[in-house]
Amino acid sequence: MSVPISAYLTLAAVLFGLGTVGVLISRNVIVLFMCIELMLNAANMALIAFSRALNLMDGHVMVFLVMTVAAAEAAVGLGMIITIHRNRETINIDRFDLMKW
Amino acid sequence: MTLDAVIFVISAVVAIFGAAMMIAQRNPVASVLYLILSLVAQSVIYVQLGALFVGVMLVIVYAGAIMVLFLFVIMLLNLRGGEDLGRPSGRISRFTKYAVTLLLFIELIFVIRGVALPPVADVVSSQPDAFGSVRAVSMLLFTRYLYPFQLTGVLMLIAVVGAVVIARKERTDELPEETASEAASPEKSREGTQE
Amino acid sequence: MADYLYLIPLLPLIGFLINGLLIGRLPKSVISAVGCLSVGGSLVLALLSFFELKGMPVEARAIEQTLFAWIPSGSFHVDIAFLLDPLSAVMILVVTGVGFLIHVYSVGYMHHDEGYGRYFAYLNLFTFSMLMLVLANNFLLMFVGWEGVGLCSYLLIGFWFEKKSASDAGKKAFIVNRIGDFGFLLGMFIIFWQVGSLDFAIVMEKAPTVFVAGSGLITAACLLLFVGAIGKSAQIPLFVWLPDAMEGPTPVSALIHAATMVTAGVYMVVRSNVLFMMAPDALLVVAIVGAATALFAATIGLVQNDIKRVLAYSTVSQLGYMFLACGVAAFSAGIFHLMTHAFFKALLFLGAGSVIHAMSSEQDIRKMGGLRKYIPITYWTFVIATLAIVGIPGMSGFFSKDEILWKAFSSGYGHPIFWAIGLLTACLTAFYMFRLVYLTFHGNERMNEETRHHLHESPRSMTVPLMILGVLSVVGGWVGMPSLFGATNFFEHWLDPVTAKGSEIISASVRASGGGDAGLEATLMFVTVALVIGAILLARHLYVRNTEASTRARERSGGLYTLLLNKYYVDEIYNVLVVRPFVGLSTFFWKIVDVLVIDGFVNGLARLGALASDLLRFVQTGRVRSYATLFAAGVVLVIGFLILR
Repeated sequence: MSVPISAYLTLAAVLFGLGTVGVLISRNVIVLFMCIELMLNAANMALIAFSRALNLMDGHVMVFLVMTVAAAEAAVGLGMIITIHRNRETINIDRFDLMKW
Repeated sequence: MTLDAVIFVISAVVAIFGAAMMIAQRNPVASVLYLILSLVAQSVIYVQLGALFVGVMLVIVYAGAIMVLFLFVIMLLNLRGGEDLGRPSGRISRFTKYAVTLLLFIELIFVIRGVALPPVADVVSSQPDAFGSVRAVSMLLFTRYLYPFQLTGVLMLIAVVGAVVIARKERTDELPEETASEAASPEKSREGTQE
Repeated sequence: MADYLYLIPLLPLIGFLINGLLIGRLPKSVISAVGCLSVGGSLVLALLSFFELKGMPVEARAIEQTLFAWIPSGSFHVDIAFLLDPLSAVMILVVTGVGFLIHVYSVGYMHHDEGYGRYFAYLNLFTFSMLMLVLANNFLLMFVGWEGVGLCSYLLIGFWFEKKSASDAGKKAFIVNRIGDFGFLLGMFIIFWQVGSLDFAIVMEKAPTVFVAGSGLITAACLLLFVGAIGKSAQIPLFVWLPDAMEGPTPVSALIHAATMVTAGVYMVVRSNVLFMMAPDALLVVAIVGAATALFAATIGLVQNDIKRVLAYSTVSQLGYMFLACGVAAFSAGIFHLMTHAFFKALLFLGAGSVIHAMSSEQDIRKMGGLRKYIPITYWTFVIATLAIVGIPGMSGFFSKDEILWKAFSSGYGHPIFWAIGLLTACLTAFYMFRLVYLTFHGNERMNEETRHHLHESPRSMTVPLMILGVLSVVGGWVGMPSLFGATNFFEHWLDPVTAKGSEIISASVRASGGGDAGLEATLMFVTVALVIGAILLARHLYVRNTEASTRARERSGGLYTLLLNKYYVDEIYNVLVVRPFVGLSTFFWKIVDVLVIDGFVNGLARLGALASDLLRFVQTGRVRSYATLFAAGVVLVIGFLILR
């Protein structure tokens, strides 16, 4: 194999950065959630890369669990979005300010 | 350029492209589809890294279930892409956001620089308990990571219950007589269900 | 007896607990029985211990009983322990004897009072404290008793606390006493610091070696102890509480302010005679203060119109005599006078109480007169006591007072001036006491018709103690008859074990200048008696024969009369010099330091917190994206920190 591990890690970093930008600048809450998923995936990729480099299976197990948690979190988060949309008729994240002072 | 390198580059480009397009889309359905594209490309890379089970899992669970869930919600909320999303943020806040992200990225690169690992070992084998196979994962999952595994199960349960509770409609207390009268007056109940 | 010493103070304490804890639930008969019998029991025990002590050889006359170690704290060790030696034996006899008679008297006097149970409880508590004071074998335990009697004095002076003047008087007594107590404490500190112990035995043993005779340290210690005595025994300048203390019930005045509590100061000085002998300057101060107070108080007593006030100033004056005696190193004379004074002063006060009782609570002697027809027993016992206090030969007061005057003249520490002041005071005493007698019992009846109608002799519970005290006022002095008359002075030799060590310290020069021949003593005695009788005749002239003369004398002396009547305005001076500045200072500390500074600081801190949170709450915008940005920035910082490390 001629592809060094750092390449995969760099890819993960790029995806993570893209996800962060997306979270910070998008006003559509659905897109915001998807960017969060993207970030989680970037972390997964880093885990797989390291797992391969160290020849250990632990990374795979961790990815497995992370995916599970991501699913759970997506479910609950989307439930909340639905509820707020029901009351406020908006998907603008800036209007989700119920925790304002 | 070996075959591996080519595959890697193509997949990487597609993944990044999908991610970038996802952010920039106006129509949320398009965003979901681009993300699915990115996920599939990432799955290829997983397989290239020998994570057979996890790679397939990515497509089935992530792209197949979670993204579909997103689509369901988009459909439920009837989003078409033209919604009023308020004023775009001011120039300063946007600048800080980009700057912060850039800094984060630079730091990560810095860290990666410091990682001294050998190139990836040989190609994937198809042995039943080879690296990355189902058996290999489950060997660990049910022994050393049993406790987190069980906890994740509980977490799933909580998430399911939580999602149902959160998204439930507010209901006034229905008295038995009312339900009986609803049954007795078919027109009214039919109107009620047309919400 | 050594095993039973603790019972002497314990019995009144039990009486206090019974009467005090069961207030309102006991019938009067039980209260009286408990109150009187507890002191009576102590009296019996005191007599037994006295006789046991008497039966012991002179050198070994000391019985000690240690109950338990009270403060075993490293090098500071104090026990609850009692010492019975000749001095404390005299004191417990006086306290329990006179105390018992006063308790019995109170049964009659306080019969109609609502606070009957409370009264006897306090009285027993007082007796307990006083006994602790005189039986203690160390300074600290004595101080406990000292404070205890101060407390009981406050409680009993302000017994009728609903009356503002009474509660004020109680407070005044306590506060003025406290000033003295502060001096006492400082004196104790110095003693402990140098000697390392507060036990009387150890201190008196070690003092000559630890202190340098005549040095500033021992003088300071003695003066500070004396300050305590000034407060407790009402000498100049801390006497102001005693006249006001007459607000309390008359038996209280008799017990506390005539016979026992005020004598605690004298007891303390005599107990510490070894220390005082090592500080001649302090002794001189004691003598000067004593003499000055004696004269000063006597002048005020000349013109007072309240029967109890006259007796109060008389007490202050007689206490001055006792301190004068101590100041010229005639310690046994001082204690002797303490004893005789207890008899006749208590009798005078109880007699006054009887008069007040008969006069339906009238205390102004200008409204009395001719009472001897109506209350003969009171009258005759009162006269006996007056003869005693004046110092008519044969009475107890004659022997004790004369002893003091002689020693003031002849002792190595004495001086003819002291004798002269004592003589002058004796004349004034004779004058004002007989003035009191004449105005109260002789002459025209100046009371209104209704009061006259109610005049009656007191019940037997009151008159019997009067009679007993009358007898004691006569024979009580016979134990101290001077060698002049051919008898041995039992009293002086009785106290030798206590004063012996002190007399050893007298420097040679002083010893040489002391003493005098019998002829001189007799001459001085004669002069005193003659002048005293002259004063009595003058009083008789002014107040019985020719009452207009007294009115004319008063008018002619105008300003002087007002000055004396207003007790030299001492209270007013104190008010301006001490009380008001102090109140001003306290107000300053309250209004400025406490309210502005301290409260301001604390409230300011709270307001600062509120202000900060008022500003900080704007961080909670509720907007997820801002939070996320901050979040990301934080992550950047953390990773950066980890990289750089």
